[in-house]
Amino acid sequence: MVVINFREGMPFFKVFFTLLITVNLMAQSFNIQAGTLPVDTVDSLYHRYEGGGMTIDGPFILVRKSVGNQFSLSGHYYVDSVSSASVDVLATASAYTEERTEVSAGVDYLNEKTLMSFKYTNSEENDFTANSAFFSVSQDFFGDLTNLSLGYARGWDDVGELGKSETEDADRQIYQLGMTQVLTKNSLFGFNVETITDEGFLRNPYRQVRYLDTTASRGYSYQSENYPETRTSTAIAMRALYYLPYRASIKGEYRYFSDSWGIDAHTYELLYVHPIGAKWTLEGRYRYYSQTEADFYQDLFPFLDAQEFKARDKELSTYTDSTLGAGVSYELGQGVIPYIDRFKFTLLVDYLKFEYDNFRDVVAGENSPVGSEPLYEFDAWVTRASVTLEY
Amino acid sequence: MKAYLLLTILLASLVGMSGCADLKPWVKPYERSNLADPIMSLGRHGVAGSYVHHVYQAREGARGAEGGAGGGCGCN
Repeated sequence: MVVINFREGMPFFKVFFTLLITVNLMAQSFNIQAGTLPVDTVDSLYHRYEGGGMTIDGPFILVRKSVGNQFSLSGHYYVDSVSSASVDVLATASAYTEERTEVSAGVDYLNEKTLMSFKYTNSEENDFTANSAFFSVSQDFFGDLTNLSLGYARGWDDVGELGKSETEDADRQIYQLGMTQVLTKNSLFGFNVETITDEGFLRNPYRQVRYLDTTASRGYSYQSENYPETRTSTAIAMRALYYLPYRASIKGEYRYFSDSWGIDAHTYELLYVHPIGAKWTLEGRYRYYSQTEADFYQDLFPFLDAQEFKARDKELSTYTDSTLGAGVSYELGQGVIPYIDRFKFTLLVDYLKFEYDNFRDVVAGENSPVGSEPLYEFDAWVTRASVTLEY
Repeated sequence: MKAYLLLTILLASLVGMSGCADLKPWVKPYERSNLADPIMSLGRHGVAGSYVHHVYQAREGARGAEGGAGGGCGCN
């Protein structure tokens, strides 16, 4: 891994660190339904994110194998290769490259209609280590029309800073409740609620805030961010899936989010899936997200040490983003490839557009009066190509 | 607070529903063929689905309740 002279930045990656393990555990554990063990599979993905001056790509491989009728073992390997020249980095530092590697090991245990899952995950990067343990219980009942799941996760992060030997700690606890309900022979309803509490060093050690400074030639100077040492958030999501009169499905989703830092967010998503014959499936989706800013966020503080807590992380500002996505899958069933019950190739491409209401582009607005720089916006492409083998 | 209020209402509704002793599963196993179709899964894309949640969590202030799975026929 090579790091090229950076002092500030990595907004994408730091938030990534803080949250990725959580999501990874959740997303994969929630891909399991009670009443049956997960299918033996090798799921491999090449992922690529390109936008806002950043390129992140790498592999993501999950292997799962059952042992007897009651146990299933799993492990995954995930890499992010990052090349960054984002607006945060360019404002106060130089472009850098970096790599993060994540591995996990998990076991699922099935007892009649109850599925218990445990997973441990480790993530390593040159100035950051994250470990996390997750446990969940999932149960089918009411004639198997209802599935309820409860999950708990605990995370321990070591946040370092290049050039310093000591590290800071950040701990996290996650509580999840999920329900899936069959409504009719053509429709499903899903409900999830999740509360996360963080405690410790929650900011990016490299990122800075800017404040008005008449003695500086550009009219402003920078100082370090300072965040509260606790954060509690709750997200509630509802989703409905409907089988159309012809063979196709449509999904609608809404999520409300609120946290103790003052951020309120709404997410809306619509997905349409349309098979063509037995082998091909097309899909299209639209997603819209909006949030308000954290109480201690400002794009430009009025003076040095203007307040105790201060942030200029654009992910804590007021903004919206939207996604337009399309995908195609090709699938082969049992008997086509020896020893493989199911083969599936999927290509998904998403276009994302971010528009900030209170985060100014100091790089593009170099010659603008301070505080009048253009508002920042950028777009990104996300590509996912995966091969899934079930055996 | 809005989140907790909404949660309380939903949980209260669930508890209330549990009092309906005569409520029986209304979709029979032989009526679940459409629900069993893979296009009715809430998490069709495996690790590719997990990854896109990562992208959003890294880019957005909100986090959690991504769900992304379940669905299907409930006929295990």
